Amino acid sequence: MNQLHASSSNLARDFGITDDRSLALFLKTLPGVDQVGAEARAAELATRSIKKESKSWAIDMAISMVDLTTLEGADTEGKVRSLCNKAHRPDPTDPDVPHVGAVCVYNDMVGIARTHLDSIGATDIPVAAVSTAFPSGRASMEVKLRDTRDAIEAGASEIDMVIDRGAFLSGHYKSVFDEIVAIKQECGTKAHLKVILETGELVTYDNVRRASYLAMIAGADFIKTSTGKVTPAATAPVVLVMLQAVRDFFDRTGIQIGVKPAGGIRTSKDAIKQLVLVNEIAGAQWLSPAYFRIGASALLNDLLMQRFKMRDGYYASSNYVSVE
Amino acid sequence: MSENSNPFTYAPAPESRELVSIESSYDLFIDGKFVAPKSKKRFPTINPATEEVLSKISLGGKEDLDLAVKAARRAYERVWSKLPGKERGKYLYRIARLMQERAREFAVLETLDNGKPIRETRDTDIPLAIQHFFYHAGWADKLEYAGAGSHPKPHGVVGQIIPWNFPLLMLAWKVAPALATGNTVVLKPAETTSLTALLFAQLCLDAGLPAGVVNIVTGDGSTGASLVAHKGVDKFAFTGSTEVGKAINRTLAASARPVTLELGGKGANIVFEDAAIDQAIEGIVQGIFFNQGHVCCAGSRLLIQENIHDLFIEKLERRIEEIRVGDPMDKNTDLGAINSKEQLAKIIELTQSGEVEGAKAWQPDCALPSRGFWFRPTIFTNVTGAHRIAREEIFGPVLSVLTFRTPQEAIEKANNTPYGLAAGVWSEKGSRILWASRELKAGVIWANTYNKFDAASPFGGYKESGWGREGGRHGLLPYLTHSSTPRVKSGKGVRR
Repeated sequence: MNQLHASSSNLARDFGITDDRSLALFLKTLPGVDQVGAEARAAELATRSIKKESKSWAIDMAISMVDLTTLEGADTEGKVRSLCNKAHRPDPTDPDVPHVGAVCVYNDMVGIARTHLDSIGATDIPVAAVSTAFPSGRASMEVKLRDTRDAIEAGASEIDMVIDRGAFLSGHYKSVFDEIVAIKQECGTKAHLKVILETGELVTYDNVRRASYLAMIAGADFIKTSTGKVTPAATAPVVLVMLQAVRDFFDRTGIQIGVKPAGGIRTSKDAIKQLVLVNEIAGAQWLSPAYFRIGASALLNDLLMQRFKMRDGYYASSNYVSVE
Repeated sequence: MSENSNPFTYAPAPESRELVSIESSYDLFIDGKFVAPKSKKRFPTINPATEEVLSKISLGGKEDLDLAVKAARRAYERVWSKLPGKERGKYLYRIARLMQERAREFAVLETLDNGKPIRETRDTDIPLAIQHFFYHAGWADKLEYAGAGSHPKPHGVVGQIIPWNFPLLMLAWKVAPALATGNTVVLKPAETTSLTALLFAQLCLDAGLPAGVVNIVTGDGSTGASLVAHKGVDKFAFTGSTEVGKAINRTLAASARPVTLELGGKGANIVFEDAAIDQAIEGIVQGIFFNQGHVCCAGSRLLIQENIHDLFIEKLERRIEEIRVGDPMDKNTDLGAINSKEQLAKIIELTQSGEVEGAKAWQPDCALPSRGFWFRPTIFTNVTGAHRIAREEIFGPVLSVLTFRTPQEAIEKANNTPYGLAAGVWSEKGSRILWASRELKAGVIWANTYNKFDAASPFGGYKESGWGREGGRHGLLPYLTHSSTPRVKSGKGVRR
């Protein structure tokens, strides 16, 4: 017997999970996902036609759900500050435009982002840090914990961690589980934990469902599709499977976990399709930045352009939105 | 969270009606011309979602049918039977391409006349109808490989009667193989849904199809009965109710004319405990609520393994609450109008019998339009095999749920019906699917999916669900007589 991490919650025991074997058995007995059927349902929901006032509503909701992200080796303080300005006032000419859900940066940029957001009065916008040796997760546990602690100390209130996909694919679920538990413990009450499954590397929908449950039981506040560094990322069927998972988990435990698709969502149309999935798969109670985020960078400008179009009746030049 | 507090209610997204122009009345299409009916009678066709009269349709009588059969005979003997297969194929390709060009127009017209959602006509009915013409165009010059001998021959004049549930698609299922195999056609559309067939007639003219090869005689049940009784028809094909199918069979019994029948069904959708549950629920929903349940192969009986019954029904009900019922022209509508007042009355009668006999009905709390014919999606639990709702075809959005304990029991219950058109098996276990599909007595068996159609796949039933197959190579055979003798090339038209 190989007991789970000592800090794992009562939740695991409620699911009958106490050690590596019972964890593996639980994941294996989850109902399968039929690939053809899941893709067909996602494609069917993609034909929904969202017009007029419901489109306006969806665009503003999507803006408020954006985790405005920059994750590049070339990131600079200047770039991060300008991103923070954009997050706070996506359209400086219109105060009715909501601010985004969060600013998402690498660990060393957390302090800069936090300080700048506070200085422009955007104290209510959280900073999310990608952590645990993002994006590959290939580092020792000690390093991952330190990485997380650093981010929190610098002012991150949301931690986007990656799971060890290698361990998951080789069936070492307990090691994946224990890592999440340990990072969650590190987050404590200071930070929300988003667990990145990197579905593009898990490949099958069965794996996506298993990883979703594993993360939720281990203590994730959000489950997130991807790092944005692997293709495919947040495909509609993957998001559909994860939304089913959070819905079923809520039914069973009463705990509402959020979902964050990230990577590949670039247009308003894509974002609205995501909201339709949320609405019709998980339900309306997930239609809030508290439970649904979209990890993106280019998307925000497209949402603003569509907003102009709804307001003015014509498409404006892209020069009317700022490039960060 | 209740429905009312959802801020994301979709604004109306209606498809434009401007795409179609509907005439105030329509003639019959006989011998390449639109002609007024000799009967001088016309009847209204309405939009079942609004009860608005769309147009007046000609009621074809015996005289009209005589003219149509004569025209079809003439076209067969003088033109169509003499054309090489590759030339017939060109006409079919041309028709298919013209249908593609006007696909949206067909979709809108079908939705207005039938009441089914625009999403279904746009994404299913019309594309599949077009595919049938493309598919059969390819067969026209390859009939020696159809399995009816090296020189298979057409019958001559084919009489065809189609139903109202998939008006244009059923026309395509009938007309495309008939023409590809060298027959000529007299077709009678369903009384309540003639408009797309009449638009198709116009398209035959646009395609330059020789006069008389396709004749469309609209009308009611009496028109159909006269067509069946007509001695000038060499072969007959019918899609519709088992009751009418039996009557047709009685009429044709003494004449030894071949007949194809595509009749009713009471399809079983069997969900085993190891199924992919979320997708099985989608399949059940598709199986019974697609096209308002007006589908002969509808999965109208859910056979669910008893140990997952409660969880499954709970999830199924939640899914059904997401079904959007209403204006068929709205692109977001999932469930449209019931096709006619008569059909609605039949659905109501049968569902009432279900409640009287002790089954438990459940419906979502969705609003229905004030005009038109509507019925909420309905699930019956506590159904036993003896209930009428478990045995009779309801042909509406009504699902009867039965349970089973073992795979053997599931098969036994699934086969315990006079019908045998379609069945579905839901399991993640391959061996169980293969075993079940061998044991089920149904013409079409879907595994982990439902209501999937393809022109290349034969469709048809066992037992009282019908005779013969439509689609694929098998679907060509009823339109051909087996022969290995080349046709004599004489001056006269040659029959058989």
